[in-house]
Amino acid sequence: MTAAAPLLSVRDLSVAFRQGDETHVVVDRVSFTLERGQALALVGESGSGKSVTAQSIVKLLPYPAASHPSGEVLFKGRDVLTMSDAELRAMRGAGVTMVFQEPMTSLNPLHTIERQVGEIIALHGGRAASTRDRVVALLTEVGLADPASRLGAYPHQLSGGQRQRVMIAMALANRPDLFIADEPTTALDVTVQAQILALLKDLQAKLGMALLFITHDLGIVRRIASDVAVMQKGRIVEAGKTADVFANPRHSYTKMLLAAEPKGEAPASDWAAKPILEAKDVRVWFPIRHGFMRRTVGHVKAVDGVSLTVREGQTVGVVGESGSGKTTLGLAILRLIRSRGTIAYCGRGLSGLTVKQMRPFRRDMQIVFQDPFGSLSPRLSVAEIVEEGLIAQKTRLNAAERREAVARALADTGVDPASMDRYPHEFSGGQRQRIAIARAMALYPKFVVLDEPTSALDMSVQAQIVDLLRDLQKRRALAYLFISHDLKVVRALASEIVVMRRGEVVESGPAREVFAAPQSDYTRALFAAAFAMEAETSGVVSQ
Amino acid sequence: MTLAPPQHTGGWLKLSPMNRRRLDNFRRNRRGHWSFWIFMALFVVSLGAEFVANDRPLIASYRGELLFPVLVDYPEDKFGGFEAHTDYRDPEIAGEIEAHGWMVWPPIRFANSTTKLDPPTPFPSPPTWTLTESQCRAAIVAHARGDAAKLPPGGGSCRDLEPEWLGTDADGHDVVARLIYGFRISVLFGLILAGVSSAIGIAAGAVQGYFGGWLDLTMQRLIEIWSSLPHLYILIILSAILTPGFVVLLTILLLFSWVSLVHLVRAEFLRARNFEYVNAARALGLSNAKIIFKHVLPNAMVATLTFLPFIVNSSISTLTSLDFLGLGMPPGSPSLGELLLEGKSNLSAPWLGLSAFAIVALMLSLLIFIGEAVRDAFDPRKTFT
Repeated sequence: MTAAAPLLSVRDLSVAFRQGDETHVVVDRVSFTLERGQALALVGESGSGKSVTAQSIVKLLPYPAASHPSGEVLFKGRDVLTMSDAELRAMRGAGVTMVFQEPMTSLNPLHTIERQVGEIIALHGGRAASTRDRVVALLTEVGLADPASRLGAYPHQLSGGQRQRVMIAMALANRPDLFIADEPTTALDVTVQAQILALLKDLQAKLGMALLFITHDLGIVRRIASDVAVMQKGRIVEAGKTADVFANPRHSYTKMLLAAEPKGEAPASDWAAKPILEAKDVRVWFPIRHGFMRRTVGHVKAVDGVSLTVREGQTVGVVGESGSGKTTLGLAILRLIRSRGTIAYCGRGLSGLTVKQMRPFRRDMQIVFQDPFGSLSPRLSVAEIVEEGLIAQKTRLNAAERREAVARALADTGVDPASMDRYPHEFSGGQRQRIAIARAMALYPKFVVLDEPTSALDMSVQAQIVDLLRDLQKRRALAYLFISHDLKVVRALASEIVVMRRGEVVESGPAREVFAAPQSDYTRALFAAAFAMEAETSGVVSQ
Repeated sequence: MTLAPPQHTGGWLKLSPMNRRRLDNFRRNRRGHWSFWIFMALFVVSLGAEFVANDRPLIASYRGELLFPVLVDYPEDKFGGFEAHTDYRDPEIAGEIEAHGWMVWPPIRFANSTTKLDPPTPFPSPPTWTLTESQCRAAIVAHARGDAAKLPPGGGSCRDLEPEWLGTDADGHDVVARLIYGFRISVLFGLILAGVSSAIGIAAGAVQGYFGGWLDLTMQRLIEIWSSLPHLYILIILSAILTPGFVVLLTILLLFSWVSLVHLVRAEFLRARNFEYVNAARALGLSNAKIIFKHVLPNAMVATLTFLPFIVNSSISTLTSLDFLGLGMPPGSPSLGELLLEGKSNLSAPWLGLSAFAIVALMLSLLIFIGEAVRDAFDPRKTFT
C-alpha cells in the first residue's frame, strides 16, 4: 500500500442479479473514491442501486444470485471482490463496518446489549477482562444515557433511537477506517434523526474515519456530507463537493431532485366555512389487564381527549412523532376502531351507530392509507379495487356504468384508465397511491382522512401526490384530515394544524401562525429538527 | 405518466400473474408435475371402473337388437334364462348371445365382486401367467368334467384359460378388478373427506380469526378439548354401534379431521384482518361477509391448498388402516385395506399382499410428490435455478 492510494476506491463496479433466466443489471459501472476523514453521501431514489453498491463494498450481497460483471473494490489497495472468506471476515466489523436502516431487526432480540456489543470486541481480539469497561465506554461515546445501567437491557426495552445508538457503538467498537451507514435515520422520528446525525458527524470528526452515507433525503446530505454522488438507475449521474452540487446542479435528474420538495401554499384557514366534521373529546383507551381475573389495572391512552373541526374545502394537519396517536385518531374519527367522545358529520352524531347504520355515511367519509403496497389487495385488478365502494354502496349502476365511473375516477387522479384491468403489482409506488386515492374519490366523498399518504413515496413522487391532493380539494371543496409526521408536506397542504404527543394535543391553531411562532417547547424542537435538522439537547424530546 | 408494459395475458385460462407464476413453478417441479398427470390418469380410469373391469359386456347385439348391458340391467329371460339378472359370464347365456349376435367386453371381464367359477386352482388362485403348462391342462380337463366336447382341440394349454393378471383373492374375486374399484373408493373417500373437512376447518378458522376476542378464545379451548379425545377408541366404539358404510365412516372421520386446518386458517385471518386493504374495504362500507370472502379468504386459501394433498393422503391412510383392522367398510367392499388384510392371512398367496401394497404405495407417493410440488409453487421465496 502506498501512501497516495485512497482508503477506498471503487472502480467500474457493476452488480447484476439473476432471476430465473433473466439477468438484471442494477448497478452499472460505478466509480468513486473515499479518503480517511471524508464523508461521501450516495443519494438517490428507491431502486437507484445505492444500497446494493454499499453492500458490495463488504461483499454482503446474496451470491451467487448476485454477480459483478465488471469492476473492483479496492480497500487499502486490496480487491474486496476477490478476497477469501477468512479475509472478508477479518475486514468486516474491524476495517469496514456497517449500520442498517431498521434498528428493530438489526439487533438480536434474545441477547442483552452488553453481550451483543461485547461479542464484536471479542471477535476481533479484545481481552475478556476489559470487555465490560470497553462496552460502557463505547455506549458513553455514542451518547446513550446512563449506559452502565443499560448493559442488561434487551433490544425491545430500548427506543428506536437508542437501538440505533447501540448499533453505532457496535460499528465503532474496533475503530473502523470506513463506516458505512445505510439510511440509518429513515426509520426514526425527526427529532431523533437530528440527534443521530449530530452524533455521526461528531464521531467522524473525532475518530477521523471515512463515512459513506446512503440516503434519499437531500436535507441529510447537506447536513452531513462533504461530498455527494447522485445515483439514478444504477449509474452515478453527478458527483462533486456537496456545496457545489447543491448550488449548481448540472444533471437534469439532480435538478429535479432538488426541485422536488413539496411546494405551494395551503389556503388560509377560514372560520366561516361550513364544518364538515366535528370531533369533541375523542378518547381511545386500550385497557391493560393483569392477573387471573383479567382485571383492568390501567389504560394505554392512545388518544386522550382530542377535539378538532374540519371545514369544507380546508385541511387540518395532524402532526406528531410515531406513537403520538395520530393514526389512531384518524381511525377513530371514521369509526373503524372503538372510541369515546362525540363525532359528528355535518351535524349528525355518529356515535353508537351500527355497521349497517354507518354504511350511508361511509360514502361521504373516506380514507387513504400510508402504504400503497399494503392498501391494495394484490389479487384484485385495479378496476375491481376502485369499483368496490360503488358496489358496496348500492349505487344502482350496471357493470358498464361502473366501469365508466372507475375510468373517471382514475383519470381524475392521473392514472391511465386504459390500464384498469391490470393488477397493482404492475404499477409503481406513486401510481399505486394514485389508485388508492381514486378508490376513495370514486364515491365523491366530502371528507377524506389522509393517513401519511406520501410517507412511503420517493421525494419527487411526494410532490406530485401533494399537488394532486390540493387540486382535488380545490375542485370538489373536499375537507381533509391530513395525518403526517412530515412537516414539509403538512406545511404545503394544511390550513390548520394539530400537534400531538402521547395521545394529547400539544398545540393547535391556524397553520401559518403555528409555523411562524410555535408556542410550546416541544413544537419548537420538532420544527427545528424537521426544517433545520438541529438536535434539541435541552431534554424536551426523548432519545 | 408512464405505465408498466402490458403483461402477456392469455392461454385458455385467465390467470392473475401471481397464479401464472405458481403454475410455472409447479410445472418446473418435474417429479410433481408428472405425478399429477399419472395420478389424474389413474383417477380418471378408475372413475370409469365399470367400463374397464366388469362382468357385463359394454355393448351386445342379440337378435338384431343393440343392448348396453353395462348401463341397463336386462332380465335373463330375454336370453332364454329365468333369473332376474343376467349372468353374462355363464357359458350358456354367452353361447346364446354369441350364436345370435356379438358382445364387446371390457378389457377385464370381472367386476370387483364377481366370483370366478372355474378357477385353475383352489382359491386364492395365482395369476395365470405363473402356471405351468401341465397345471393349465389339468385345470382345463377338470373343468370339462369328462365332457370331451368342452375340451379345446389339442387338449388345451394356458392360452385357453381365462387370464387372471394378478390372480384371485380367497373369495374368488379378481385382484385387478378389486384394485381398480378399491383405488376409486379410496381416492374418492380421501378427496371428499379432505374437501368437507377443509370447508368446515376454514369456516371455523375464519370466524375465529376474523372476529377474535371471546369467540376466538372459547372456540380455541373447545377445539383443544375436542382434539385431545382419543380418536381411535371413539372410532371403534362408534363403528360397533353404527353399521359402517361409506357415509357413516366419512362422518365419523370428519368429526376429528376438520380440526387440522383451523389453526392455520385462524392465524392467516388474524394476520390479514389488520391489512390496510381490509381496513380500506371497511371504510368503503363493505359487510363483514364480503370482506371475508373477497379480501381475507384468498390469503388463507394459499395455506389450505398447500396442505390439501397431505390431508387427502392422511384420509386415505386412515381409511386403509381401518379397513385393515376390520373396522372400516362393510365386508365385500372393494377396499385396499381389506385386500392387505387378506394378504396377511394368506401369506402363501403373495400376489395379494404385494399388489395391494404396490398400489397403496404408488397412490400415496404420487400424492406426496404432488403435495411437494404444490408447496413449492406457493412458496414466494422459492426460485428455480
